[in-house]
Amino acid sequence: MGAQKKSSAAAAARISDDPEELSRVPLQAVLLADSFTTKFRPITLERPKVLLPLANVPMIEYALTWLESAGVEEVFVFCCAHAKQVTNYLQCSQWLSQPNFSVATIESHNSVSAGDALRLIYERNVIHGDFILISGDTLSNMSLNRALQEHKERKKKDSNAVMTMVIKRSKLSPVTQQSRLGTDELFMAIDPDTKQLLYYEENTNHLKGTLSLDKMLLIDNPSITLHNDMQDCFIDICSPEVLSLFTDNFDYQHLRRHFVKGLLVDDIMGYKIYTHEIHSSYAARVDNYRSYDTISKDIIQRWTYPLVPDVLLFGNSATKLEREGIYRATEIVQSRSAQIGPLTVIGNGTRIGNNTKITNSVIGKGCSIGSNVLIEGSYIWDNVTVEDGCQLKHSIVCDGVVIKSGSVLSPGVVLSFKVVVGQNFTVPAYSKVSLLPQPTKQDSDEELEYADNNSDIETSPIAGAHDNLNGELTSDLTDMQSSAAEELGSGGAGYIWSICEGASEEEWRHSVAPVPAEKLAEISQTIDDDLDFSYQDGNAPASSGELKPGGLSDSDDDDVDANNDSAYFEKEVEATFLRAVHENVKVDHVILEVNSLKLSYNMEFAACAGAIFYSMMKLALGTPYNSSAELYNAVVNVLTSWKRLLKSYLSGKDEEIEIILKFEEMCSELAKELSPLFTKILCFLYDKDMISEDAILDWESEKNYADESDRVFVKQAEKFLQWLREASEEEEEED
Amino acid sequence: MPDVHSLVNEFILKLKKRKVEGSQATARLAAVLLRSVISQQRIGYTNQAGALIDAVKAVGEQLVAANPVEIAVGNIVRRVLHIIRDEDLSLTTAAMAGLNLSAVSDDDDDDTSPDDHPVLSAAAVAAAARSTLRPPSLQSLLEDMPDSAAVPHTSSSGGDSEGKSKSADKNSRSRKLKHDVIEAVNELIQDIDTCHEQIAEQAVEHIHHNEVILTLGSSRTVLQFLCAAREKKRSFRVFVAEGAPRYQGHLLAKELVARGLQTTLITDSAIFAMISRVNMVIVGAHAVMANGGVIAPVGLNMVALAAQRHAVPFVVLAGSHKLCPLYPHNPEVLLNELRSPSELLDFGEFSDCMDFGSGLGSPLLHVVNPAFDYVPPKLVSLFITDTGGHNPSYMYRLIADYYSADDLVLQRKAAPST
Repeated sequence: MGAQKKSSAAAAARISDDPEELSRVPLQAVLLADSFTTKFRPITLERPKVLLPLANVPMIEYALTWLESAGVEEVFVFCCAHAKQVTNYLQCSQWLSQPNFSVATIESHNSVSAGDALRLIYERNVIHGDFILISGDTLSNMSLNRALQEHKERKKKDSNAVMTMVIKRSKLSPVTQQSRLGTDELFMAIDPDTKQLLYYEENTNHLKGTLSLDKMLLIDNPSITLHNDMQDCFIDICSPEVLSLFTDNFDYQHLRRHFVKGLLVDDIMGYKIYTHEIHSSYAARVDNYRSYDTISKDIIQRWTYPLVPDVLLFGNSATKLEREGIYRATEIVQSRSAQIGPLTVIGNGTRIGNNTKITNSVIGKGCSIGSNVLIEGSYIWDNVTVEDGCQLKHSIVCDGVVIKSGSVLSPGVVLSFKVVVGQNFTVPAYSKVSLLPQPTKQDSDEELEYADNNSDIETSPIAGAHDNLNGELTSDLTDMQSSAAEELGSGGAGYIWSICEGASEEEWRHSVAPVPAEKLAEISQTIDDDLDFSYQDGNAPASSGELKPGGLSDSDDDDVDANNDSAYFEKEVEATFLRAVHENVKVDHVILEVNSLKLSYNMEFAACAGAIFYSMMKLALGTPYNSSAELYNAVVNVLTSWKRLLKSYLSGKDEEIEIILKFEEMCSELAKELSPLFTKILCFLYDKDMISEDAILDWESEKNYADESDRVFVKQAEKFLQWLREASEEEEEED
Repeated sequence: MPDVHSLVNEFILKLKKRKVEGSQATARLAAVLLRSVISQQRIGYTNQAGALIDAVKAVGEQLVAANPVEIAVGNIVRRVLHIIRDEDLSLTTAAMAGLNLSAVSDDDDDDTSPDDHPVLSAAAVAAAARSTLRPPSLQSLLEDMPDSAAVPHTSSSGGDSEGKSKSADKNSRSRKLKHDVIEAVNELIQDIDTCHEQIAEQAVEHIHHNEVILTLGSSRTVLQFLCAAREKKRSFRVFVAEGAPRYQGHLLAKELVARGLQTTLITDSAIFAMISRVNMVIVGAHAVMANGGVIAPVGLNMVALAAQRHAVPFVVLAGSHKLCPLYPHNPEVLLNELRSPSELLDFGEFSDCMDFGSGLGSPLLHVVNPAFDYVPPKLVSLFITDTGGHNPSYMYRLIADYYSADDLVLQRKAAPST
């Protein structure tokens, strides 16, 4: 720290010497005190995530302390959900009265995403220079000087370098394909020389082992490094342009999923994102319960120094570090026979009874823990009562909870505020219990539409929790609510939430509990199976890096985004084409327009050809016709008149195959009336030299292994294909 | 007035967040802070010293609690308290001398002017003698037992004779007390500032021609000490052990080379191999305890043991602000700071061998990074402070010069009151 202080002083001196920086603006930061997710429900229904204690200190304390020590002078705390609680907290804390460090809150009640938040901050016009963008649940002890300096220097050279993202190495678990923090696999392509970020993709499908890269990425850059061992720290150094970018694009909601990816794809404006890798310092974000667990342990093991319990004095209670990583506050009443194991934090005023065993846990302030209790890997917040003989394993217990004697919390349980667990009741694994009933609709202000996520979640039946419910429902209480209050045994209070908003079988991934051994065995089994499968997959011809719209369906239904994009693209092309037809625009101009569309949607030529062909067919179908002969004539007319346009996109075999596939798709789905004409039109295209014989034969061989239903058109064109084959054989014979 | 409070808070935050580290820096800042506390403290007509002591103690308590590892802060608080007591005592003695004199002169025919030649009464002489006698005798300790805050410090030694006439010179006295105390604290600050030079002045007496000196890690005091010897045309060689995990020895080696000293950089693990060639080990310290034990950067105990094994003198340089009046057997005092494991190991590397939530919940790998070692007094050959060289067994005498016995338990008194 001493060195850091010196270097910051040096940096300050450097800045003031710099003539360009004479009008120096104080370093600002935007702290989003809302994660805009629902991963911490049901706890976040009652208290905002940033006020949840991490090793007995609210998360926002860590974030603010770090910002302060990193030399930030002005912080805007953006509160959204439970804004009152956050502002009240800040008013009671010492943060608002700090010299040289001002904290201002911005409240909003209608922001549903980080994008909205940044738009509002832009409107307020409070950010005047480069700023640090973090979320309130981020924890770090890195020094910002290097990163800031790099960012500023880059900005001077290239005004398009608007953002520097902080990343850190972190290997994935080979089995579960997730990081220590329980986050999904992240693919990043980085230019090794300039550290520019070229590609960013979160892999939400854990079994998918493939990754599609744009060919342009490889063409444009002399070298790239691909990482899947990097972790995004969610600490961004942004130029003020970032805010205006958010304002310009109302569809930027999520910082990473929309904004970062949007900038990377968009090559018209040419904005660039760079990365800064940190090595020895710590940075992580509490994203889910698993990361809550991991980060708590990192704090206890002092990786976050000086943000550790015995240094970061919070309130008045001094905490002392004893041997083996036991942190003990001053006034603890502990029975002589109680055993406290290593890596444990015990808060002020807590009483611990006889023969109680506590290991790897965090216990808050003012808790009373009875005799013969076993607490293992659990996080118990303030003023919790645990009566005699309870067993708590890998669970989170919020403020004011009462756990009556003999109860058992299975791994992964989350008990929200003031829940009461009845006597001798076993709370089933991974269940979440709250005094509040589960909202039926996800419409809270903490909500962000997780379109991409929800799309691959099948509405699975409510798992385990309900089936295991204790049958002690009192008969006289008839309505759902009061019966639900008895879900937790006699004398209990609280609802066990059914797990339906996430994929239920994925619950173990983000839980505080370690991954159960059976699960690990199961996954490694599926991975082995999958390996064989992916070999087959790899043999399938992938003509280009980009996903083909509507094409090889087995490879791209994972990627909703790409599909959406291509659908939009098709629409745009169609509109352009129709306009061209109606307004008699020159073919060259149409080509120009389609080319620009191709760039902005980052599409391949094949996709263009497909889209143009599609719009031509639509045009032909649009003309009135009585018989299939008339339809054929219409198609021929359109094709001949716009032959040059189509031809300009048919530069190779891939594009031609794409057209055939597109045509096939149209015939089978959109325009059944075209299907009888399939062979005829194919013939016509061949005659007019638009599709080569190789392409047709390739298409056929590609279809060889397809389903019977997929081969309808191959059969229809059998004769034509036969003829083609013979013709080519003859040619060969002649040779 | 509001300044003091915010100044105190600012310094406490700095200490808490480990933004100021190193005993000299913290000691100096603490002394400057206490000076402003004293100068802004309003004191009444009675019991000025008590008020000052209370104010300093209240602030001192907070400072010590903010970062108990920085022992120098507690030392400075005690030093300042001692200064207040000292100044108060000397003023009281002087005033009492006058008082007794006037009393005497009332009774008897007076032939001496009180201003010029004060004749001290037996009680005053005894009090003065007691106060100058160090360490304090059991009697003075017992007499001081009634809380100094409630009973004016002066009354315990003053006896009954002082009374009505006292208020006359109170105003001037209070101003004088504050003034004197601030003067003395200024001296203390100056002492802290110049301790390096004062220690370095003695370098020539200890470093001789063609000697080989070994040191570990980096210490400003050691650097200046070596450079001072170099300036006096002594030619000698220095072995610098790098001092893992912070490797500040590298910096020291660079500095030494820049000043033209023949330097050899070795790893910490090579100390035993090299020690037989060394004539003297000179190291810095974090704190020196009352028994002559040293709290020093990690690794120094090993050096001390190596030095003892080969009968090499082990010299510790320590400014007087590092002298702590407490004994290390007290767990409250013998603190260690466990720093971030990332100084040893990249976190990225470490996370590779972490269990991915699959193990028992407790990681198999622990990385422990303590900042300090305790070197017992029997391993230390000599202490060099700004007042000269001392034996470890002499430390408690030296400490009695700087601190008054009332203040030793600063922390423990504070604990139940909060």
